[in-house]
Amino acid sequence: MKFGGSAGALVTLAAAGLLKTSQAAAAVWNKAGFESKGVADAVKSLGASAAADSRDIVITAPDIAENGAVVPIEVVSRIPNTQSISIIAEKNPFPLAATVDFANSAEPYAYVRIKMGQTSNVRAVVKADGKFFSAVKEVKITVGGCG
Amino acid sequence: MAEPMKIRALLKGDVADIRVLVAHSMETGQRRDAAGNLVAAHFIHSMTVTHNGKPVYDGQWSQAVSRNPVFAVRIKGARVGDKVVVSWTDNKNDKRTDEVSVAAG
Amino acid sequence: MNLSSRAAAICAFALALATGSGPVTAQSKPEDGLALGRKMLAEDNPGDLWVERGQRLFTAKRGPKNASLEKCDLGMGPGVVKGAFAQLPRYFADTDKVQDLESRLLTCMVELQGFKREDIIRTRFGTLDRDSDMEALVSYVGAASNGLRMNVRLTHAKEREMYKAGEYAFYRRSGPLDFACVTCHGESGKRIRLQDLPNMTKAEEMREVVATGWPAYRGTHSTVRTMQHRLYDCFWQMRLPDLGFASDLSVALTAYLNYSANGGEIKLPGVRR
Repeated sequence: MKFGGSAGALVTLAAAGLLKTSQAAAAVWNKAGFESKGVADAVKSLGASAAADSRDIVITAPDIAENGAVVPIEVVSRIPNTQSISIIAEKNPFPLAATVDFANSAEPYAYVRIKMGQTSNVRAVVKADGKFFSAVKEVKITVGGCG
Repeated sequence: MAEPMKIRALLKGDVADIRVLVAHSMETGQRRDAAGNLVAAHFIHSMTVTHNGKPVYDGQWSQAVSRNPVFAVRIKGARVGDKVVVSWTDNKNDKRTDEVSVAAG
Repeated sequence: MNLSSRAAAICAFALALATGSGPVTAQSKPEDGLALGRKMLAEDNPGDLWVERGQRLFTAKRGPKNASLEKCDLGMGPGVVKGAFAQLPRYFADTDKVQDLESRLLTCMVELQGFKREDIIRTRFGTLDRDSDMEALVSYVGAASNGLRMNVRLTHAKEREMYKAGEYAFYRRSGPLDFACVTCHGESGKRIRLQDLPNMTKAEEMREVVATGWPAYRGTHSTVRTMQHRLYDCFWQMRLPDLGFASDLSVALTAYLNYSANGGEIKLPGVRR
């Protein structure tokens, strides 16, 4: 199933005209993952027992962010059949920040601005053909200690 | 009521670059207001995008996404005039949907 | 050495030293590591949401008099916003005062809409708990001059008087730190922590600061701040008494800055850390 756990059941409803397509598409919010306090648990919540390091995931983010409240993170996956990209700020109290599932004509591209409490690795986890891959980039945060 | 999103959808080659600004407090649940009271968590947890009616992007977000969120989506094989619909739902079940047509980049 | 845990706890200046001692080139300046983030933040500006909210506020019937601001004369005729930012501050006969954008909007909100002056002033700066109507209105009117050039004129005697007073205040050292505006803004290549300080004795930098600077979306404040807030904050940093919102002194400084920026191409709102 490509588009999240509950999508299959809902598609039937959408076909019956009971739901709009956009609502039918929405995956069930990954409560366990977003409430995980550790990186390993967050990764496990995505369905990955292990994620192989990959050079085909390109993370673009500042080396130094002047404001931890607004850290732009761009992730491009060059791995064929990329299904989803997750963004994890490893030292945040709840590390998993976002998961994006792609379908149809979407490019495997994610861009979002996130809050980071402190200097940390940002990890991107890509699901492609049912397998998991990841890459990291360190972002230094300056506002926080001296505000 | 939720304010309208600001959406830019520009075609570059055959890829539409969809860039979205959202007015939302994205409260983490850990901030205190001026009176010292904890402000309840209030954040967008679902962000979906469709292209000519077909789902392309299904984002699940946490409270770690910045206040006044900014995000982007890229759609290949797009054409000028294609319809892009962006919808969000937050943890208090507030919702907002806006649409835009792809323009020449 | 664990750079990341140290960096979180230490000041920006120290951070610059720490990164310099790391595996990267010894010559790398802190700006190098900042440039990409600044570029990425400038590409998508949440301040555009304030422009749109300001437009809705401008045209909505509001206040005790249930009136819009479409009869508000910002110097270009009732309700005309295009070009207004470019030529403010200016003299207005009805108030017999030189007014900047904020003080003129304040007049309109009081006279046309019936809001209480003290209520508008109390809510002039947005907080995380409450948006400011003023910040949205200034964003809207500012952006309506995008692509035009600053063109402040000093034709009225009071306009010349305000300009001279502003110039005097810009250079006048005062307060417990014996600071003037020019103390921080009179040399090129200076910064506070990681923030570059514009040299406002150079016409080119003055034009950029005024025409593309404020109103700006302030990332750390999660809202748009206006020039009145910038000046208020500078006064606080100089440990001077609070600069009154729409006060003569604030308008005088703005008259000096904006006139000195004539010719600068307007692109608002800006984006700041």
